[in-house]
Amino acid sequence: MTDTSLIKIKINNKELEVDKNLTVMQACEIAGEEIPRFCYHDKLSIAGNCRMCLVEIEKAPKLVSSCTMPLMEGMSVITNSEKVNAGRKGVMEFLLINHPLDCPICDQGGECDLQDQAMYYGFDKSRYSENKRAVDNKNMGPLVNTIMTRCIHCTRCVRFATEVAGVPELGMLGRGENAEITTYLENSITSELSGNVIDLCPVGALTSKPYQFKARPWELKRTDSIDIFDSVGSNIRIDSRAEEILRVTPRTNEDINEEWISDKVRFNYDGYYQQRIDTPYIRKNQRLQISNWDETVKVLTNKLKASQPLALIGELVDVETGYAVKKFMQNFGEDNVECRTDNQFIHNNLNSFRFNTPINKIEDSDLIVLIGTNPKIETPIINHKIFKAYNNGAQIFNIGENISLNYETKYLGTKLSELENEKFLKNIKKSKNPIIIIGSSYLNNLKNVHTYKSLISFSHQFKLITKDKNNLNFLNPFASRIGQLLIGNTTKNHCEPFTKLLNQKFDTVLSFGSEKIADSSFDSYYRVYFGHHGDEGAMKSDLVLPTPLFTEKNGIFVNIEGRPQEARKCHNPIGSGKEEWVILKKLSQNLSYDFEPNTFDELREELFKKHPKLFEFQEIIHEDSSEPFVVEDILFEDCKPLKLIENFYMSDIISKNSVTMAKCVEEILDKPLMEKSA
Amino acid sequence: MSNHPGLSNTFSSTGEKFVWSKDSLNSIKMIISRYPKDRHQSAVMPLLYLAQEQNNNWISIECIETIAETLNMPKIRVTEVASFYSMYNTRPVGKNLVQVCRTSPCWLRGSNKITNTICKETKCQINETSGDNLFTVVEVECLGACSNGPMIQINNDFFEDLDEENTKIIIDNIKNGKPNKIGSQKGRRSSENA
Repeated sequence: MTDTSLIKIKINNKELEVDKNLTVMQACEIAGEEIPRFCYHDKLSIAGNCRMCLVEIEKAPKLVSSCTMPLMEGMSVITNSEKVNAGRKGVMEFLLINHPLDCPICDQGGECDLQDQAMYYGFDKSRYSENKRAVDNKNMGPLVNTIMTRCIHCTRCVRFATEVAGVPELGMLGRGENAEITTYLENSITSELSGNVIDLCPVGALTSKPYQFKARPWELKRTDSIDIFDSVGSNIRIDSRAEEILRVTPRTNEDINEEWISDKVRFNYDGYYQQRIDTPYIRKNQRLQISNWDETVKVLTNKLKASQPLALIGELVDVETGYAVKKFMQNFGEDNVECRTDNQFIHNNLNSFRFNTPINKIEDSDLIVLIGTNPKIETPIINHKIFKAYNNGAQIFNIGENISLNYETKYLGTKLSELENEKFLKNIKKSKNPIIIIGSSYLNNLKNVHTYKSLISFSHQFKLITKDKNNLNFLNPFASRIGQLLIGNTTKNHCEPFTKLLNQKFDTVLSFGSEKIADSSFDSYYRVYFGHHGDEGAMKSDLVLPTPLFTEKNGIFVNIEGRPQEARKCHNPIGSGKEEWVILKKLSQNLSYDFEPNTFDELREELFKKHPKLFEFQEIIHEDSSEPFVVEDILFEDCKPLKLIENFYMSDIISKNSVTMAKCVEEILDKPLMEKSA
Repeated sequence: MSNHPGLSNTFSSTGEKFVWSKDSLNSIKMIISRYPKDRHQSAVMPLLYLAQEQNNNWISIECIETIAETLNMPKIRVTEVASFYSMYNTRPVGKNLVQVCRTSPCWLRGSNKITNTICKETKCQINETSGDNLFTVVEVECLGACSNGPMIQINNDFFEDLDEENTKIIIDNIKNGKPNKIGSQKGRRSSENA
């Protein structure tokens, strides 16, 4: 352990006591003094190459860069003297020597660190009369736009790629005036987190390609929301103008995504507006035809009067909608709502299907076992945390498919029984804080619960589950899943696979955004699709009703750890889309069933009354670890893992419709989507 | 940007995989053993030099890839080092790389004249390679033989105390395949008083 004792220092003659492991800059921040900086970033290693953070330290003959300077007992730091100001002005003048004066056409304008700091430390006119340098733009792929003449060589992007994304592909070539940031041979960056270099870049050298020349920051309306394209629930901020979303950026949440988000949520927003279902459709003469709400609701009412419906819940559905569906479906009997369309295995409580280790604790582990999962494409944020653990010295083992990740893994084999491999047992016995991550699809086709119970037994045996922690994790990539399971949108017999439902006597299927409806097993059913994107599911349905996207209504999503968070509305639904609960209320009235809530708030209130745990936003729902199963004979059945997501850029209905994501598949994964005509 | 072959950021490809020769492999073993086990990447500079020696005095993309593979490090890290130092040539150079010192002491003693003579004799401009692929002429900063200036370096050898005449002789000798006297051309030993 590092010694964290306090030492006394003075900052601007104010005395304070701080941790002695901090740097001068961090101490200044604690003291409330703002230090200008370009290269320093608290999530990255310290480089000390921009020199903007100069401060005066007593007894030091020259100004010192505060980000690289460790603290010492009795140190006296001055951050606001004439000398400091003059020093920073000098640095700024040098930084601006080769920086072009193109702020009016720069995408960073208005939110640019260099622009802001030049307001304080810049001169009003240049004293430099020599030629400015110009640098060729580099290719970094379909997401990151480069205007390299603007680069000030802070190397934040290089450090991010190496230390956070784990893809050492960026670097600085040459030296002095010839220094250039580039990827190796100008290849595209292959990371799922590459878009974050755009936020990191303190100037306009790396900007977003899809957002290029779209808007100025002061025109945008900010909406705080949640990433629903994987189950981690990264906090995002959606910037929109009028009825159009123009970009998505991360919000800092130290417990989940820190400051990063995946490229999928950052760039797939053009898919929000492609292939939208904007009006109700009804099948007449074998073809879907444009209809209206009156007609479709009437047809559906009549249909429901004389049928046994089954409701499927999709992967992008919020908890309130799920609750309304459950409420509505109760009128038709029991066991008729299902969200586990991939046959996800669940057992008696929340701990049997969620990620039990808090996401910010993954990095503390010293041994991680990945079973039948590829965190790199399923949940890039969790993959980053595993990479962090790896960098702290953790060993990573892999069971299932031999996948290549951006860190070194030891491959044990395809069978779950490899957990009892002697070499591995030796390692796990030595480990202080082991973690098992099971892709939930690995257990999908489980024939009996014995394997699950064996896993629990095994976890107790090796201290994965103790009184105060539970390190047996189930990783499911879908955002809606935990929330839907929490409110009980699944059939009573938990262990039964989804397909069993089909043996029962249903004749109508209502799909709430689930593409499973296109499955041939529903061919004999009357199919109704509630959704926002027209894909296979809508194409095969007999009735299609438009509903809003997660950005067009408020909704709660529970992330993989069991943390309820709210996605907020940023503009009105496209076309004549109506929220699901409104449609269901109307149907209830027609069928004279009870559906009390009159407004969304009333619906939510009722939900909170029934499920008070959902009310605490941002808090992980607590659930006691179940009684240890004492299984005498630990037996691991062989499971066949299903690949739930094969292609990171096209995992759901929205990203499948995004042009940007299509470009990523072509240029980064190098898979042509269509044969190009010669 | 300077067109010096060692200061360019663009690398070229030969299209053929670069394979270490037997001698190189022996040297690599020895070089890597100098560094602690988990610090073997420090050997990147001697390995670049070795690759350059084996690859006709320049570093190709394939050299970089082979070095990255040998030292188990990212290719971009090798590229960074190779592009930083001017002694690693990033494109093919002639059989004899003539480096003329142009820093103040040599320049005061007439390094311009030496440069002009060399350009005239080799029939190539600064930073260019002669048609017969025998010479590449570059101007460099101080090579550390100031008291014997003006001086040039041809491949690994210094030629000091130059004037237009003895420079011409050196170039002619190379052209005719005759050996040259290395070091001072005026009979000085080391840098004793002239």
